[in-house]
Amino acid sequence: MILKGRVWKFGDNIDTDIIIPARYLAHTDPKVLGSHCMEPIAPDFHEKVAKGDFIVGGSNFGCGSSREHAPIAILALGIPLVIARSFARIFYRNSFNKGLALLEADIVDRVKDGDQLEIDLLAGGIAGPGIDVVAKPIPPFMIELINEGGLMNYLKRRLEARA
Amino acid sequence: MSMTITEKILAAHAGKSGVEPGEILDVKLDVALANDITAPLSLEEFDKVGAKGVFDPEKVVLVLDHFTPNKDIISAENCKTIREFAHKYGITNFYEGGACGIEHALLPEEGLVLPGDVVIGADSHTCTYGALGAFATGVGSTDLTYGMVTGTLWLKVPESIKFVCHGKWQKWVTGKDLILHIIGRIGVEGALYAAMEFHGEAISTLSMDSRFTIANMAIEAGGKNGIFHVDKKTEEFVTGRAKRPYTVFESDKDAKYREVHEIDVGKLELQVSLPFLPSNAKDVREVRNVAIDQSVIGSCTNGRLEDLGIAAEILRGKKVAKHVRCIVIPATPKIYRTALDRGYFEIFLDAGCIISPPTCGPCLGGHMGVLARGERAVSTTNRNFVGRMGHPESEVYLAGAAVAAASAIKGEIAHPEEVL
Repeated sequence: MILKGRVWKFGDNIDTDIIIPARYLAHTDPKVLGSHCMEPIAPDFHEKVAKGDFIVGGSNFGCGSSREHAPIAILALGIPLVIARSFARIFYRNSFNKGLALLEADIVDRVKDGDQLEIDLLAGGIAGPGIDVVAKPIPPFMIELINEGGLMNYLKRRLEARA
Repeated sequence: MSMTITEKILAAHAGKSGVEPGEILDVKLDVALANDITAPLSLEEFDKVGAKGVFDPEKVVLVLDHFTPNKDIISAENCKTIREFAHKYGITNFYEGGACGIEHALLPEEGLVLPGDVVIGADSHTCTYGALGAFATGVGSTDLTYGMVTGTLWLKVPESIKFVCHGKWQKWVTGKDLILHIIGRIGVEGALYAAMEFHGEAISTLSMDSRFTIANMAIEAGGKNGIFHVDKKTEEFVTGRAKRPYTVFESDKDAKYREVHEIDVGKLELQVSLPFLPSNAKDVREVRNVAIDQSVIGSCTNGRLEDLGIAAEILRGKKVAKHVRCIVIPATPKIYRTALDRGYFEIFLDAGCIISPPTCGPCLGGHMGVLARGERAVSTTNRNFVGRMGHPESEVYLAGAAVAAASAIKGEIAHPEEVL
């Protein structure tokens, strides 16, 4: 799958309180959550970002709480993919469970806001101005899970088979 | 094959005799937990997949502790939805109202999590239960739905990092200071995806309350779980609470560790972590002239009796500085009542503290102590991220109860010696 989009660059340790502050966690509506995405450090992010754009981060992206509202908020803005040097583990699972793709690659210091990137998602290829790298492969187990249509589709089929 | 305690617990729950780090297992769950901010998303998924029930109504635990007592209409609606779900599916361990406490203090207190268990919770601080010699880790709402319905979840066996702690604890220094120091040393991703295993005679002398504090903050170093071995203190804690049998696991002497860290707690001073990362740990004596507006003594990290006792010892006969709001939050109804019986409340009220019902409230900027622009808090909670306790331009300094109480009196970040 080939994705094309613009870069929105963030730093290290982008925690889930930045991605979606806790005061909005009573909401489950993706639209509401999206409208507060990155609010503490980039209050107008949700207005400027366009469908198909990417977030590029540094180390430990998504650290902090287990709130699934974080990948939901990112997805609600039409962002299909986050590329970061590394991801916090709960955010990593949550993202794949929600359908937000993640690629581990150390490109944050080589991109600027607005750069156009072309991504070969399954191969992990990342190409853009002065960049032609391959991300760390998505673990085979996660690929299987994606092929199953995500954890909930897998569960749904399991339950239907039982019934 | 030699294994760590984490590997042994996971192997036993996957029906295997041996496992290695990196292996993906389908693990049987002893407890699946959610709260009032993570359960709503989980229940949406539950309905979408057409589930007809939970794997075991006694092993699913629902605790309404974050935005409760209900802070607004939408929070009240969420609690109502969860309450109806609990009724419909016969969830016996549903906690709200006067029975409710902060989940990670409540579950061990109620004997719901036990040594050798595998526990998942839709809350990142689920790792707290590692203090009991259990494997416990935080997950998102979707993983929780899967666990709640099937009683299993896929987990990758983590590598383990060993922390060996020697020496004699200095006055006032507790588990909070040790874990802040460790996170300062290894960084907020120093234990990313790994198990943090705590050893040494300085751990044996540590209270259960302090062990819960340490395990609680494993996630703040990126850890998958924090874990302690079961000893006499663990057995004493569990006795009278456990309503089912449990298994004690131990790391083999030649188990493999990714890293081993040695720590002399005798040299450990009271710690403060400066904004905006828990890893910005400093000796409190190095943190000078930092005026505060609020002091929070509570949370799943430090809302237990040991913490309230330390705060009471420092606040006895003293007054909270005029411009400071000092909010004390006993973590559970039992802790609340015991603190009351021991006379702590009189001390807190005489000092001018606010005593809050058990709630996660201010820790995550939810309610009951949200900060305004430019305000600064010292807090016994676990995160000091940008805007964590309120306005994006507010600040949180993390510390233990001793520093939080002393700072409330002085009006700036202080060592207890400065006010006693």
